[in-house]
Amino acid sequence: MNTFAAQFRKQSLRLTRDLRHRLLIQTALGKYETQRDQRKAAFQDWQSARQAAAEIKWDAINHLDTHLRDFVSRIEARGTVVHWASTAAQARDIILGIVRDSKARSIIKSKAMTAEEIHLNDALEKAGFEVVESDLGEFIVQLRHEPPYHIVFPAMHLTRGEISELFTRELGSAPTSSPEELTMIARRALRKKYLTADVGITGANFAIAETGMISITENEGNARLTAALPRVMISLLGIEKILPRLADLALFLPMLATAGAGQALTCYNSLYGGPRQPGESDGPEQFHVVLLDNRRTELLADAEQRDALHCIRCGACLNVCPIFRNVGGHTYGTTYSGPIGSVITPHLRGLQDWKHLSSASSLCGACTEACPVKIDLHHHLLQNRRNSVAQKPARLEKLAYKLFAFVINRPWLYALAKKFARVCQPLHSLVKGKRIDPAYGWTQSRDLPNLASRSFKEWWKDRK
Amino acid sequence: MRITLFIPCFVDLVHPQVAISMVQILERLGHTVECPRELACCGQPAFNSGYWDESRAIAVNVLSRLRDAEAVVVASGSCGAMLKVFYPELFAKTPHLDAAKSLSTRTWEFSDFLVTRLGVSDVGARFPARVTFHYGCHGLRELGIKQPPRVLLSKVRDIQLLEMKEAETCCGFGGAFAAKFPMISTAMGEVKCASAAETGAEYIVSNDSSCLMHIQGLLSRQGKSVKTIHLAEILARQ
Repeated sequence: MNTFAAQFRKQSLRLTRDLRHRLLIQTALGKYETQRDQRKAAFQDWQSARQAAAEIKWDAINHLDTHLRDFVSRIEARGTVVHWASTAAQARDIILGIVRDSKARSIIKSKAMTAEEIHLNDALEKAGFEVVESDLGEFIVQLRHEPPYHIVFPAMHLTRGEISELFTRELGSAPTSSPEELTMIARRALRKKYLTADVGITGANFAIAETGMISITENEGNARLTAALPRVMISLLGIEKILPRLADLALFLPMLATAGAGQALTCYNSLYGGPRQPGESDGPEQFHVVLLDNRRTELLADAEQRDALHCIRCGACLNVCPIFRNVGGHTYGTTYSGPIGSVITPHLRGLQDWKHLSSASSLCGACTEACPVKIDLHHHLLQNRRNSVAQKPARLEKLAYKLFAFVINRPWLYALAKKFARVCQPLHSLVKGKRIDPAYGWTQSRDLPNLASRSFKEWWKDRK
Repeated sequence: MRITLFIPCFVDLVHPQVAISMVQILERLGHTVECPRELACCGQPAFNSGYWDESRAIAVNVLSRLRDAEAVVVASGSCGAMLKVFYPELFAKTPHLDAAKSLSTRTWEFSDFLVTRLGVSDVGARFPARVTFHYGCHGLRELGIKQPPRVLLSKVRDIQLLEMKEAETCCGFGGAFAAKFPMISTAMGEVKCASAAETGAEYIVSNDSSCLMHIQGLLSRQGKSVKTIHLAEILARQ
């Protein structure tokens, strides 16, 4: 077992036994489901909306080359500098270069999972720059020196009490259990940072090819301040964020809000098309867009799983996933957790290192059913399993399945095996539930059913 | 109609009563039932673990044995999904693809067969108890069978159906997953059992024995009095 898999097991064991964590997450996501269902009902036809969204994304991804060219030429025409980054390291170097060139000292940042993906904050801090997360949830987990717990709700694993303690310790504020007061404490700390920051870094939810604009959607207004106040604005986005037309937002913005947070529409929806234009009174002097590949093109080359690039990072698949709900977001050890993370991480970071995530699923399909852009998530987990076995089978497991097929394909042998199993069953009670039990994986927490004294096939034979 | 009943290994071995009930119900409705001795497994365990060659070694025999079957009724939504949904994928780009596609159109999960194919909703059953219904994921989401088991339950006399929270959430079985990641599987099962217990039901009923095997395993270990029962067993009671 590799270290990532061992870590996953260790954390899973800890979190699945943590009943406080279980209650916290089940309750929070139970509320989400109620609200999401109310919002879904407001769509004329949610299933048709999903189909339309999947088709638009199919067009975007299958003609990514032309859409990206259109996006870049149009956004450059307004004075934006576009950078292409093939790897995480290149993206970090590009952003560090921009920050250094602009003689910046402090940086304000709004939520961007791509920045987590390339470990941008680490790189900036190591280079001596101060980076402050301005999204409330991200601000909280940054103070805890933790990665986000969830791609949309970064601090959902924390209670008000824990956040209050954290603020008291880190910011010297008075303890409070009021969400409004906690927000005001963060807001006071953040307002100063916006005003002094030289560079603002954002992610993007969509990139519109038709008009050459990026779309950012947020609930706190922090991304608008991050984009508007500093001299230099940098937006880091994956190349799959493309939408062909501006009108596509009419579907995708409500859909993202509904699937992601059970909202009709996210509170603030902004479009950015360039730096401050001649005659305009505000906005950044420079606007840089960094387009990140980081092995997305390898996923693009996989015709079977290409639809994973449809993902709009709404988090709906995480929210409904019974695995995610029980092991929590940090257990995955990946930037993208939950079903979408289990599907794409093997592509982004290596199948053999991350194949365990595809096995850690009951294949229940709740994710696929929830996905607003119809990614065939749980079937991709099956394909990852198949691909990993084709690359590197586990010898014992392969042998076991060969032997199983050998027995099953010979009815006389299967009948004999049944008789043998029945003889062995009383002996099993000697080791049942102990570590030497060959069925320990099952019997450590569950009873095995007894073999019937007469199997169905024996009944059927006797009956004739 | 001549019905070929596909009895998966775990039903044969540990839940024979489920299969016996199906035979009784189908025969009562006037159909001829056959249970080929050669059919014991659909090959799903190997398929789900990524060993598609080993899965095909079993599945190819299933295809050939069922080539002439008029209607194949599978005693588990999960194995039904294997035949109906996954065989065409497993045999893609092989000479067996046409046979797999043909079998797919003739394969039915038990409750769906009764309601959708035979148009039967009342089989004259009586079951005086409080029950709560759990959907098996494969039957629900691979095969899209949502109404049939509920239609059948609604016609059972003296039964009291209590709705659990999240009846559509997985019980945590998932085949080899249950043994490979026992801690996650068990936690999922505990959540499911808690939802069922909240209803005050005496029985957890499902149209998939594999889920029930998992749920019952947990309930027995924890000394809970709630019992599990397959839909077919209820429908066979008179």
